[in-house]
Amino acid sequence: MRRSTVIFLALLLIFTAVVTIMAGAGMVSTSFVKTLGMTLCLCLAAVAMDVVWGYAGILSLGHMAFFALGGYLIGMWLMYARTEAIVVQALSGAPLPATAEEIRQGIGNQIFGVVGSSDIPWVWTFADSLPLQLMLVVLVPGGLAGIFGWLAFRSRVTGVYLSILTQAMTLALALYLFQNDSGLRGNNGLSGLQNLPGVSAPQAVTAVWLFWASAFALALGYAGTAWIVGGKFGSVIRAIRDDEARVRFLGYPVEGFKLVVFTLTAVIAAVAGALYYPQAGIVNPAEMMPIASIYLAVWVAIGGRGRLYGAVIGAAVVSLLSSWFTGGRAPSVDLGFYRIDWVNWWQVLLGLTFVLVTLFAPRGIGGLFDRRKT
Amino acid sequence: MQILLSIFFMLTLALPVAAQDLATVLNANRDQIVQPSRTSIGPVIDAIANSGDPAVRDVLAAWEGRRLAVRQADGAFVIADGDRLTDLRGAALPAADVTVLRPNAGVRGLIASALVQFQLTDPDPVARGAARDAIARNAAPEHLPLVREALANGSDADLARLERLLTLRFDPDPAARVVAIQGFGATLSLDVRAALNPLLATRRVAAFDEPVGNIARILSVADLGREGAYDLLVQANLAPARLTPNDAHRALVANIVNGQVAGVPVAALDTAEAREGAYSALEAAGTVPTAATEAEVDSILDRAHFADVYVEPDAVVTDAARAALLGIQAKLGAMQAADLALDALSLASIYFLAAIGLAITFGVMRVINMAHGDFIMMGAYTGYVVQQIVPDRTLSLVVALPLAFLVTFAAGVVLERLVIRHLYHRPLETLLATFGVSIMLQQLAKNIFGTQARPLTAPDWLSGSWALNDIVGISWIRVAIFVLALLFLGLYLFIMRRTRLGLEVRAVQQNPTMAASMGISPNRINMLAFGLGSGIAGIAGVAIGLFAQVTSELGQQYIVQSFMTVVVGGVGNIFGTLAGAALIGFLQKGIEWLNPSNTLAAQTYMILFIIIFIQFRPRGIIALKGRAAGD
Repeated sequence: MRRSTVIFLALLLIFTAVVTIMAGAGMVSTSFVKTLGMTLCLCLAAVAMDVVWGYAGILSLGHMAFFALGGYLIGMWLMYARTEAIVVQALSGAPLPATAEEIRQGIGNQIFGVVGSSDIPWVWTFADSLPLQLMLVVLVPGGLAGIFGWLAFRSRVTGVYLSILTQAMTLALALYLFQNDSGLRGNNGLSGLQNLPGVSAPQAVTAVWLFWASAFALALGYAGTAWIVGGKFGSVIRAIRDDEARVRFLGYPVEGFKLVVFTLTAVIAAVAGALYYPQAGIVNPAEMMPIASIYLAVWVAIGGRGRLYGAVIGAAVVSLLSSWFTGGRAPSVDLGFYRIDWVNWWQVLLGLTFVLVTLFAPRGIGGLFDRRKT
Repeated sequence: MQILLSIFFMLTLALPVAAQDLATVLNANRDQIVQPSRTSIGPVIDAIANSGDPAVRDVLAAWEGRRLAVRQADGAFVIADGDRLTDLRGAALPAADVTVLRPNAGVRGLIASALVQFQLTDPDPVARGAARDAIARNAAPEHLPLVREALANGSDADLARLERLLTLRFDPDPAARVVAIQGFGATLSLDVRAALNPLLATRRVAAFDEPVGNIARILSVADLGREGAYDLLVQANLAPARLTPNDAHRALVANIVNGQVAGVPVAALDTAEAREGAYSALEAAGTVPTAATEAEVDSILDRAHFADVYVEPDAVVTDAARAALLGIQAKLGAMQAADLALDALSLASIYFLAAIGLAITFGVMRVINMAHGDFIMMGAYTGYVVQQIVPDRTLSLVVALPLAFLVTFAAGVVLERLVIRHLYHRPLETLLATFGVSIMLQQLAKNIFGTQARPLTAPDWLSGSWALNDIVGISWIRVAIFVLALLFLGLYLFIMRRTRLGLEVRAVQQNPTMAASMGISPNRINMLAFGLGSGIAGIAGVAIGLFAQVTSELGQQYIVQSFMTVVVGGVGNIFGTLAGAALIGFLQKGIEWLNPSNTLAAQTYMILFIIIFIQFRPRGIIALKGRAAGD
């Protein structure tokens, strides 16, 4: 294992321990624990983005679609199981024991009443089973990425065109989900995901559990991708990034490598999303709009692409700063003639930072840690 | 009613043409007029109507409008408009105590009928038109003889048309109706369609015998659905009501005895079958009403027949009406296709306008400008600001268009000088850097103009629409945008093919080093070309702002589509962009037509189509070949 990976895992372990102890002692609020857990998930998504973009050179502007899709898929189980518990509870007072049909109807009414329906759509077929739905978290985004990647790479769509195409893909998905008859509650999205069905522990405890799960997923994702990009596979995909034609002439199945990277990272992003949304509590199609995926690229670029820890740094720093500035907690700056409210100016600052980083520090913050000159 | 009408007509014929004096008629029928009864007032109204007095119409109108009154002092009939009294001829009278007559709705209906007949022969064409419209809006069988009579007195094309419309609906002779129906041919007029459609009205019948009557369609249980079919039988009182889950539930709950229902423990009643079984047991014991179970429903449905039956009994008439409507449908379809094509054309023009700037910056210079959408937004806001200063809409538009060009041209040049110049060798990074600019610009717009939408109002001569007929029409704004798109196409072609700048842009695009050695400054050319592309985005922004809401997110709605337009069309070729815009516009409208309620779905499928399209033509519809293709 490389030294940077060991250092990263050790730091992550220490961080997790510190947060756990502080949360146990009540020194940090539950909501802040959630924010940190969500940040870890975003870091994992950024790691995936870094592999696909920084290492393989595929600037995907659609990876947050897989992230949100993962959230949707786990959210379906969370929402179904929780609603089922509520409906069973409500029906338990009735003189006759409830039939399975009545319970299903009750669930349908509860979940889809908001889009004027009470039937449970076919996409929810496996929503009552956690193991099946967990499989879908991997299979659906992976399958989607596989099909899309196969179509795109096969016809040699590269560079800018591929970026635009991935952007179109995520836009199409978002627009589809915005419809009420998509079977996923239209623009209402799925809500109430923060309550784990069958768990009576208070939010403060479940928040820490999810935080651990996020930290574990990040550790696993980081170590796994570090192992992959550190090996021969990593060499090939970096070679593809640098000169695709030459790698092809050397006899490597370039499209296959790209497809594997694209699909693998989509699955990692989906898993990250599946852990993120139970902490966020709600997922809706707006999260799939292309802008979210572009932000993911922004984090990786600011952190420094081509280095996994760069992606983590970028995602953590920018997303935490973002929530600090836009949360209204950052002190306003009074210039006498004008008051800078960060809620209104953070985006401008971020955009400017981004332009400056692209222009003057193409290797991002992570580049500062790099001793080698490449 | 029938009897009344026959009396009415008999009287109409029997009454002498020589008119009686209006006042005499009124006085002779005073009791009836003061206390009218719907069954006997008809002849009186006719007598009044046929008195031939020029004031008859006003008197009848006053009576119907509850303005006819009796002066208490002498019992004379007067017209009371509020406090103002006039006599029957409209001459003012001194104030007096009067009793206003208040005929009931039925009587007023009869008066109105008489009035219509009267108005149809009114010398004033406006009044005649109003009467015709009134009949057309609310046609009834009794109007037919009135219209025919009026037609006999004076020919009038509109009246003749009305007569045929009434004939095809109400004439007792089916042959006459068929002739009337066929006389219209395949016309698109709304009134003909409105008259034909009721002829084909059907009602759904359920019976155990073969259905009789003018049958439109025999239905099977599969057509109606099991539930729907059975419900029809229940509505026709041919079958016992279905046992609804709610009723069953209620009945079972009502019969819980010692924790058991009909001997079944309550705890076991957690399946539909167990509940049905328990209900049947209660049914057998006679404690609950019988209700059809699943098996009974099936056996009843096996014996039943269902059909849609025309309300109109005569098959000849319905056949003729159907044939006529089919012809109309075909013509209507063609017209709707034309309308759709116009819609699609205008959408394509919008996409073309939004994308033409990109065709320069992305297509020619290979720079991905994610801020392009925000230049469109800047143009729209420029239009808004100008309109705040110059209130005259037309003038403000004249000022806004060039100003928007200048503003975004300047913004483009600044962006090129500060950022893009350094990134010509890293195209993916122009994407990222310009994205940074894009979020800056959006937030700045939000800070300056707020989050709510700002109006950019079109001048009056651009509002309204150009209607070819009842179906095909297009709003003038869209026509203007189409013209603008054509104008830009011409301008682009002119600049790129006929001017020094175009020549140099093409030279720099193909080989910057060689162009530089020929004395062309690639720096300057890149700057100007980028400015030009941005400036066009600004003008597109003004145009788009005229019909869309101007918000800080305006450009974002067009940016992905614009890129797709350029990519699908083929990069580096303006005709490719045109083809891409046309493809996307027509495709989107076509899909919307297939699923009209859902614009979002249309966009989804369109994008999916484009992703698949790229498979077959990765370089777009019009792909450049050879050296011009660059990479």
